[in-house]
Amino acid sequence: MGGEEKAKLLGVWSSPYSRRVELALKLKGVPFEYVEEDLSQKSALLLKCNPVHKKIPVLLHNGKSIVESLVILEYIDETWKGHSLLPQDPYERANARFWAKFIDDKLMPSVWKTFLSKEKERDKNKEEAYELLRTLESELKDKKYFGGDDIGYLDVVANVVAFWIQRVQSVVAIDLLNQVCFPILCKWIERLYHEIPVIKECLPPKDKHLVYIKARYEAATAANGNL
Amino acid sequence: MANKEVVLLDFCTSMFGMRARIALAEKGVDYKYKEEDLDNKSELLLKLNPVHKKIPVLIHKDRPVCESLIIVQYIDEVWNHQSPLLPSDPHQRAQARFWADFVDKKIYYHGRKLWTTKGEELEVARKEFIECLKLLEQELGDKPYFGGDTINFVDIALVPFYSWFYTYETFGNFMIKESCPKIIEWAKRCLQRESVAKSLPDEKVVYEFVCELKKKRGI
Repeated sequence: MGGEEKAKLLGVWSSPYSRRVELALKLKGVPFEYVEEDLSQKSALLLKCNPVHKKIPVLLHNGKSIVESLVILEYIDETWKGHSLLPQDPYERANARFWAKFIDDKLMPSVWKTFLSKEKERDKNKEEAYELLRTLESELKDKKYFGGDDIGYLDVVANVVAFWIQRVQSVVAIDLLNQVCFPILCKWIERLYHEIPVIKECLPPKDKHLVYIKARYEAATAANGNL
Repeated sequence: MANKEVVLLDFCTSMFGMRARIALAEKGVDYKYKEEDLDNKSELLLKLNPVHKKIPVLIHKDRPVCESLIIVQYIDEVWNHQSPLLPSDPHQRAQARFWADFVDKKIYYHGRKLWTTKGEELEVARKEFIECLKLLEQELGDKPYFGGDTINFVDIALVPFYSWFYTYETFGNFMIKESCPKIIEWAKRCLQRESVAKSLPDEKVVYEFVCELKKKRGI
């Protein structure tokens, strides 16, 4: 692999989608350069590499750009050897992709909606988010990780479930993902945090993150008219 | 006699179902097609897709695969003896996945508003729809298909919407050909392939279906 350009990741420190890509690169042992983007003043590079959506994360490799975190994860898995993210079996791969889509398209929108709910809609939204979390937990069942005995693609995608939900819920004081209701998910989170060294490296620093979440929440609810 | 090993739970006018049909046809896979009544979903559908309760569902060796683009990738990986639907180069694969995802997020979303909204909302939807089609037209460029010389993942993701263009145009009060002539040319080219021709319903069938649906739901 001599003469190959080093991979570059355009990301944002607080974004779970950006952190997913970091996590995948680190699990594979891929050396990369990280560039922090300022979303209030998007760089010329970002706009050039993702003209359609103008979003992070963007992975640059060999003079080409790859965007959309789930697309990037598959690219990383296909390009670099080492720790395999997706299973080999086509049915298992389809299953992993299904749950990844479920997390991004169904579960997390419901979770964010719950956190930003007006008071009268909160219980209804919370119940829906609960149901969806239960559905995800049933996929984990008695496995160590979503990937089986070792962490895989779906565990990486589920980083947002593992770490962002609990941090945001502590700020907004809506108890969603807790030990009593979701013992299996919570055990998985503990296992990720304590048994996979790179996980901690790919989390936003906690105190800074909580301050950031609080500021964003206050701005969002002021706009909503909740305060 | 259709191979009982592969079954597709589907609905005739669903662009998502059409994707699965095209992929199976491209690969020459024999399968049993089962039309679902979406107002009265079968127990089988509810059992095999309990999370979303939606079609299409591909049943292969008694196991369900759900979500159309995931189904198409599954078909490509299992029946890998002919007609690759995704390129072999990882960057080109990423590009294909990106554009297929774009079709899902933008074309379906804005397209739906063309027959469910009125007034200003409709005007915004029409504008967005055209802009998104133009981006796809740019991506197509001078190639005969998104896949180059033959159809691929992106072609399969997008071409089913062609059967809905007449419906979009009628309710949206515009002509797609005026803004995106290359997309129309491309779609007609795709329709010359048997796999696409036999997987897309007639545009008038789609239109009648949507008229009925609007009446039923009071849209």
